[in-house]
Amino acid sequence: MAKERISKASRRNFLKQSTLITVAAMAPPVALRAAEEQWDERLASAIENIPFSIEVNGSLHQAKVDPRVTLLDFLREHLQLTGTKKGCDYGQCGACTVHVDGQRINSCLTLAVMNDGRKVTTIEGLADGAELHPMQTAFIKHDGLQCGYCTPGQIMSAVACIKEGHADSDEEIREFMSGNICRCGAYPNIVAAIKEVNGGSKV
Amino acid sequence: MKQFQYVRPAEARSVINALVKDPGAKLVAGGTNLLDLMKRGVEGPERLVDINRLPLKDITKNNQGFNIGALALNSTLAEHKEIRKGLPLLSQALLAGASAQLRNMATVGGNLLQRTRCPYFYDTSMPCNKRIPGSGCGALKGFNRMHAIFGASEHCIAVNPSDMNVALTALDATIHLSGPKGQRNIPVQEFHRLPGNQPEQDTVIARNELITGISIPASPLKHVHYLKIRDRSSYAFALVSVAAALDLQGTTIRKASLAMGGVAHKPWRLTEVENFLIGKQISASVFQEAGTLAMRGARAYEHNEFKLKLAPLSIGHALSIASGLIKA
Repeated sequence: MAKERISKASRRNFLKQSTLITVAAMAPPVALRAAEEQWDERLASAIENIPFSIEVNGSLHQAKVDPRVTLLDFLREHLQLTGTKKGCDYGQCGACTVHVDGQRINSCLTLAVMNDGRKVTTIEGLADGAELHPMQTAFIKHDGLQCGYCTPGQIMSAVACIKEGHADSDEEIREFMSGNICRCGAYPNIVAAIKEVNGGSKV
Repeated sequence: MKQFQYVRPAEARSVINALVKDPGAKLVAGGTNLLDLMKRGVEGPERLVDINRLPLKDITKNNQGFNIGALALNSTLAEHKEIRKGLPLLSQALLAGASAQLRNMATVGGNLLQRTRCPYFYDTSMPCNKRIPGSGCGALKGFNRMHAIFGASEHCIAVNPSDMNVALTALDATIHLSGPKGQRNIPVQEFHRLPGNQPEQDTVIARNELITGISIPASPLKHVHYLKIRDRSSYAFALVSVAAALDLQGTTIRKASLAMGGVAHKPWRLTEVENFLIGKQISASVFQEAGTLAMRGARAYEHNEFKLKLAPLSIGHALSIASGLIKA
């Protein structure tokens, strides 16, 4: 588990470093302009950033961010919690679903600063140590995914769907999971996974 | 997204002051529509006033009916025990809208003020009189499948996208506003506007007013149904929707209330049809006649002619379900 986290982190670092190399390789006027813009960004951030505090997966974070940063971008880019995915960024796909104060929401359509003082749970906070959450186990058992991109959002939504009491039939599950789009079409298996967890049978 | 200043007042008075002082200020509650529009460059407020700290979340019941705070969430309202019991039409309409995640964010006030989903309004490379007055209407001769069949103008043929607003119209809700000159109440039917030559104005709310809540009278119309017809079975805007409410004595209609969504710039109340229904016996043919009557004055555009057939059938179907003639 820890090893996997390190390898994921280094892949992101590699991507970041290679972007820097690309910028450095650009023609001087372009690179200069980029540097200038970054300077602007820094100046602006010193003036405009808003302090807020937020609890994510049990850890309290005191942060200062540009108010334009969405909760989704804050989780991914500031806390490096990249399990929450950016699909459409317009609230149409559900890939960014997280729980805020126990309620599922689209993290792309709320600003990080609007969530001051709130408690957030992401897919990274669902498992109990090395022990997967029953919904995660059920998704694996029922093959509730193909490419996996929508899966963190599906699982967060599925956990909430049961908690809300909206998982009593296939029809109800489909209706109350309609905010999570799966372009691979794993829907029948996702419904099967949710049904099993809702039924309380061992997964 | 354009840069903005972020403020979060704790009192309604400070919110109104912020609006009075700064013409570039906008209020944000759930953010599900405004942030979407800001990302696309349709909206670019200079100051964003986060009103989530205001104490406007309560849902209360008294002898007259219900009082609902502007910041009550769509999900909270839809699942509220007393609302499900006393105003099932409202609960059904709310649950027909958006997704579970969005309903957990979207507020009653925000839903009342949500903008049209006309693609020409969202696409900043297209003309749109609602986005930029005087730029023209891209939808009029463009792809207008989702658009209005009632009350449109040559300046705008967009529709109001809300389900909640349709139910509120059938339920005779009142909107409570607070502004620098005090408070005023507006019946929901007068709150949303037809486009006329000012399609940039969706409603009659003034720029420096705040919606504080709504009130809905207790409804004697116990036989209700919200029917929503859309391109997929969930999580899509209405092509046509119908909020139907009936008061029955046996099989005789004593009173009816009907409103349509997806057909006009505002929720479309069908007063003439309601009067026609009073005293009639419930039957498929009466309900079909009601549907036909509702189409008076309807006008289609190139791609939405299907609504002229779909709308009367939907009215008939919604009335049949509401009256118990057929099962949902």
